[in-house]
Amino acid sequence: MGYKKKTLILAIIAIVCMALFIFYDLHGNIGYILPRRILKLLAIVITGGGIAFATVIFMTITNNRILTPSVMGLDSLYLLIQTMIVFVFGSKSLIMTDSKINYLVSLVAMILFALVLFRLLFKGEKNNIYFLLLIGMIMGTFFSSFTSFMQVLIDPNEFMIAQDKMFASINNVNSSLVYLSLVVVAIVVIYFIRFYKYLDVIALGKDEAINLGVPYDFVVKRLLIVVTVLISVATALIGPITFLGLLVVNLAYQFMRTFRHSYIIACSILISIIALVGGQFIVEKVFVFQATVGTIINFVGGIYFLYLLLKENQSW
Amino acid sequence: MKIRYLVISLIILSVASIFLGVSNVSILDMFSLTADQKQVLLVSRVPRLASILIAGMSMSICGLIMQQLSRNKFVSPTTAGTLDAAKLGILVSIMIFTSASPLQKMAISFLFALAGTFVFMKILDHVKFKDAVFIPLVGLMFGNIIGSISSFIGYRYDLIQNMASWMLGDFSMVISGRYELMYVSIPLLIIAYLYANKFTIAGMGEDFSKNLGLNYRTVVNIGLIIVALITAAVVLSVGVIPFLGLIIPNIVTIYQGDHLKKSLLHTALLGANFVLVCDIIGRIIIYPYEIPISLTVGVIGSAIFIYLLLRRKKYGL
Repeated sequence: MGYKKKTLILAIIAIVCMALFIFYDLHGNIGYILPRRILKLLAIVITGGGIAFATVIFMTITNNRILTPSVMGLDSLYLLIQTMIVFVFGSKSLIMTDSKINYLVSLVAMILFALVLFRLLFKGEKNNIYFLLLIGMIMGTFFSSFTSFMQVLIDPNEFMIAQDKMFASINNVNSSLVYLSLVVVAIVVIYFIRFYKYLDVIALGKDEAINLGVPYDFVVKRLLIVVTVLISVATALIGPITFLGLLVVNLAYQFMRTFRHSYIIACSILISIIALVGGQFIVEKVFVFQATVGTIINFVGGIYFLYLLLKENQSW
Repeated sequence: MKIRYLVISLIILSVASIFLGVSNVSILDMFSLTADQKQVLLVSRVPRLASILIAGMSMSICGLIMQQLSRNKFVSPTTAGTLDAAKLGILVSIMIFTSASPLQKMAISFLFALAGTFVFMKILDHVKFKDAVFIPLVGLMFGNIIGSISSFIGYRYDLIQNMASWMLGDFSMVISGRYELMYVSIPLLIIAYLYANKFTIAGMGEDFSKNLGLNYRTVVNIGLIIVALITAAVVLSVGVIPFLGLIIPNIVTIYQGDHLKKSLLHTALLGANFVLVCDIIGRIIIYPYEIPISLTVGVIGSAIFIYLLLRRKKYGL
């Protein structure tokens, strides 16, 4: 099967899934249900597409297929922010009830954190990317110990509200946030276009890329910022889904068996949308809202990751 | 740093720890204790001190053993998924046996911790890229995965906040009758000391140690079993204390070198000292309330760890 044909098949499956999501069991007040379902779908496409896209770039930069952008500690920071807001201001404060303010606060905090991290680490000469990730992860561990400290102190009723924010969920997205996210993602993608041509070369490795004339440090720094913004938008919109990117990008590589970024990016985004729409469908119909998409995908993604790591005759 | 100084500071800090707290017991009262004061000492202060010392020593030794066996200075129960696996074990034991005794919980949590550590060692065999910094990264990812399984289960049964509370490392809940499981660690530490030379040889690599006539597999397995048992006991009675097994052995290595038999005692003493200091700080800062140990160790520990990482070329870690 050719690459184009494979991509086409995925696109058809994705469209079928989306159609099913919108039209399945559609009766009653259609004028109310339809716009809400379309909104949910839009949120799914933005998050799924954004995470998949960011993870492809990230894996290319790090030259490794078992790392995801969330190792930079962004997820833990998001959890810390949400818990801290409930802890300091209470669940009935404006910042918790008004999702727009909450969204902006989380977004700005995550991007600022990442920028400070990059700034600190690219200043010296040791710009080893793994080193940057390890520091990010340690900060992540630190954030989570702080988070669990506050979680213990929060009143259980208040905690339920914080918990809603802690797990990715598409059940109650706010329409204005979806449009705002769409704008941010569009800007980032337009900014990204001029770096697109470097991706295939960077995938060869740092030394090869420099040899072939890529301004490596310059491009990698900017790509990292693109990745950060995309992940932050997705996290602030519906919540952290740590292993989604890992799952879908590896599936894409396995399915396409190519390293050309044009196909891999398209294919990852499609698989990601299928996974999220399918996951949300299962949450609504099978678990009847007893689980969230985020936990299910992390569960499946985590197990798949273990399988990847432990597969015989394969080394990373 | 001489062992002598470590011992002296440990004694001073221990005395301080016993006489620090809300209900007033001063050192001058030692010979004329009222019934209340005696009660406070025996039920709360002394068990607390004992558990701090055991936790500090044994978690640092765990880190040292793991670093020796995996030949990587940044591997420890925090960065190899052992802690997360032990957590998952406790969660599972609570779910299956609703009224599990501490011993049952400990057994299940031990099995999970052991399995988690073995899987991590297995993963290490597959990693071709033996960069010193890359291995802990994989380990932390692995820990996150186990964590995501725990939170999937926890969310289904509304146990998230509950989980957060028993996972938080905290000595304030330690009273007599609730911490005795930790004494399991003491015989294990003695075994670790007896095997120290063998661990040192195993740390030179599989082929090399086999050449020297060492039963490599058995030694590695004994090491991992010790680590898993200690981790399970500590997580169950105190909670998670991050970074301890990571920073203490590395600091000792900087001035003491890699000979396990020599550095074991230093590591244990320094670990106990460090946890005691962190605990005392946590009790003083917002007196009469206290900050849990996992937070103080987390803050101080992550700062020290990042410092060590930045200076690692200089120290040859």
